[in-house]
Amino acid sequence: MAELTLQEARAQTTGRVERILIVLGIVALIAAPFFVYPIFLMKMLCFALFACAFNLLLGYTGLLSFGHAAFFGGAAYFSAYAAKVWGWPPEAAILLGVLGAAVLGAVMGFFAIRRQGIYFAMITLALSQMFFFFCLQAEFTGGEDGIQGVPRGVLFGIIDLHVPLNIYYTVLAIFLIGVFAIWRIVHSPFGMILRSIRENERRAISLGYSVGNYKLAAFVMSAALAGLAGATKAIVFQFATLTDVAWQMSGEVILMTLLGGIGTMVGPIVGAGLVVALQNTLATSEFPVTIATGIIFMICVLLFRRGIVGELYARALRRGNNKG
Amino acid sequence: MITILGIPIQAFLGQLLVGLINGSFYAMLSLGLAVIFGLLRVINFAHGAQYMLGAFVGYLLLVQLGVGYWPALLLAPIIVGISGIVVERLALARLYDVDPLYGLLFTFGLALVLEGIFRYYFGVSGNPYPVPPLLAGGTNLGFMFLPNYRGWVVIASLIFCLGTWLVIEKTKLGSYLRAATENRSLVQAFGVNVPLLLTLTYGLGSALAGLAGILAAPVYQVSPLMGSNLIIVVFAVVVVGGMGSILGAIVTGYLLGVAEGLTKVFYPEASNIVVFVIMAIVLLIRPAGLFGKEA
Repeated sequence: MAELTLQEARAQTTGRVERILIVLGIVALIAAPFFVYPIFLMKMLCFALFACAFNLLLGYTGLLSFGHAAFFGGAAYFSAYAAKVWGWPPEAAILLGVLGAAVLGAVMGFFAIRRQGIYFAMITLALSQMFFFFCLQAEFTGGEDGIQGVPRGVLFGIIDLHVPLNIYYTVLAIFLIGVFAIWRIVHSPFGMILRSIRENERRAISLGYSVGNYKLAAFVMSAALAGLAGATKAIVFQFATLTDVAWQMSGEVILMTLLGGIGTMVGPIVGAGLVVALQNTLATSEFPVTIATGIIFMICVLLFRRGIVGELYARALRRGNNKG
Repeated sequence: MITILGIPIQAFLGQLLVGLINGSFYAMLSLGLAVIFGLLRVINFAHGAQYMLGAFVGYLLLVQLGVGYWPALLLAPIIVGISGIVVERLALARLYDVDPLYGLLFTFGLALVLEGIFRYYFGVSGNPYPVPPLLAGGTNLGFMFLPNYRGWVVIASLIFCLGTWLVIEKTKLGSYLRAATENRSLVQAFGVNVPLLLTLTYGLGSALAGLAGILAAPVYQVSPLMGSNLIIVVFAVVVVGGMGSILGAIVTGYLLGVAEGLTKVFYPEASNIVVFVIMAIVLLIRPAGLFGKEA
C-alpha cells in the first residue's frame, strides 16, 4: 500500500529538522487554546489520534481496515455509558472504552486476518456494519438518540473537566501519550517486523515470523488506540451517537490518513486537521460535505498517493539524493 | 391452517419471496462485482451508487420526459454503463499499476460524490416509482398471493444473471475475457486489445448495477441512500461466495437473500446481521469462500 520504501522511512526518522518541527508543534498546541476555539481544537486532536491509530495498521502493517469506526464509536459508547449510568470518573470511563475497543479489535481481527488485501478491507467493513446494527438495536446505546448529556466529571478526583482549559490540556496530554505510544510501537523491533510484513509477507513468513499473530497484535493495538480517541471524544463532547460507528466514519479516517500521508508519523495529524477544518467550514455553507470528501478522495488517489506530508518527504529525499 | 415450525405458511412463503427478491439484487450486484474484479482487480465500491444511479435514471426519465418502464429498462443500464466507461477511461485506467486498494479508495470517493449529488437535489426521503401497468396486480397461487411485479423481478434477474454467465462462458468475447482474467499480458501478446476489454468490462459491470437499480425502483423507494446500505451486504456476499467463480457469485447471492428472508420469520432481530454472521462462519471454515480458489 504505502509507496515509501524502508530506506525512505528510515531517512524520515533521522531528520533534525523534524525534531525541531515537533517541538514547535507541541508548543503551538499548548498555546493554541488562547487563540483558537478550544472545542474545535479538541475535535481535531481526537480525530488526529484516531487517524494515527488507523495509520499504525495501514501505513506500518499494510492492512487497510474499512471498519475502524466500530472501535472509535464503540469506545465512545462504552465510556459514555460508564460515565453517565454508572457514574464512573473520566479516567476509568476512558480506560473501559479502550479495553472495549481492544476486545472488539481482537474479535474482528481474528476473522479479518484470514484474508488479505482487498478481502481484508471488505471483511472489516462488513463486521463493522454488523456492529453498527448491533448498536442500533441494543438497549444500552439508546438507539437513534444515542447517549446524551454525559458528565465530563473530575479527573483523578482533582481536575474538574468542566473548566475549558482543564479539559483541553487533558485531551492534549491524551493525544501526546497516544501518538508517543504509536511512535514507540513503530520504532520498536516489533514495528520493524510489522514493516517487513507490509513489504513482503511471504518473506516474513519464511523468516519464521508467525505473521498472523503479528497482524492480530497490530490490529488490536490500532483498535485500542482508536478507542482511546473515541472515548476521549465522548467525554469532551458529552455524547455518543450512531454517527461514530457508521461506515462513513471509517471512510473519513481513511481520507485523513491518505490526505496527510500513509506511513508517515505526522501525515495523519495534518490530514485530520485539514479534514476537520474543511468540515467546519462547509458546515455553515450550502455545499454538502460528502461531495467534498469524495472529490478529495479521488484527487488524492489519482494525483498524490503519498499524501501531503509524504510528498514533502519524497521531495526532500530527492533533493538530498541529488546533492549526494 | 398449515404451519411450518409453528409459523403460518403464508408468513413463511411471504418472507421467502422477500428473501428471493433481495437475493435477486444481491446476485446481480455480486455478479457485476465479480466480473469487474476478475479482470480489473478493482473492487468497485461505486457499485451501490451505480445501482442507485440506475434507479434515478429510470425515475427521472419517467418524471421529466415521460419515458416509461420498458424503455427505461434498456436506457438506464446503457446510460449507467456509458458513465462507467467514462470513469474507467479517465481514472481507473491510471490505477492498474498501483496497489488494488487504490482502486477501492477511488471508487469509494466516487460513490460519496454520486450519493452526495443526489442527496443534495432529492433529499434523503424516497421517491415512489409506479409498477408498470402490464405487471400491476397479482396472481393468487392458491397457497399465497404473488404480486406480479415481484415475480417478474425474480424471473428477470435469473434471466439477466444466466445471460451474463452464458456470454462469459460461451461466446468468443467471453473467452477473451476469461483468458485475460488468467493472464492479461499473454492475451495482449496474442493481439487482443486488452485495454479496450477492460473498459468494456467495467462498462458491462456498471450497466448490470444500473439494470438492478431500475428493476428495484418499483419494489423499493428510489432514494439516494438505497445503494450504500446494500453494497456492504453485497460485499459480505462476495466474501462468502469467493470472487473466483461467476456462477458462485450468482448462487451465493440468491442463497443469502433467502437465508435473510427466513431469519426474518424465525428471529427478526437478527435479520440485519445474518449475512454478516454467515460470512464470519464461512471465514472460519473455508476462508477462501464457498466457491473461491485458495490463493
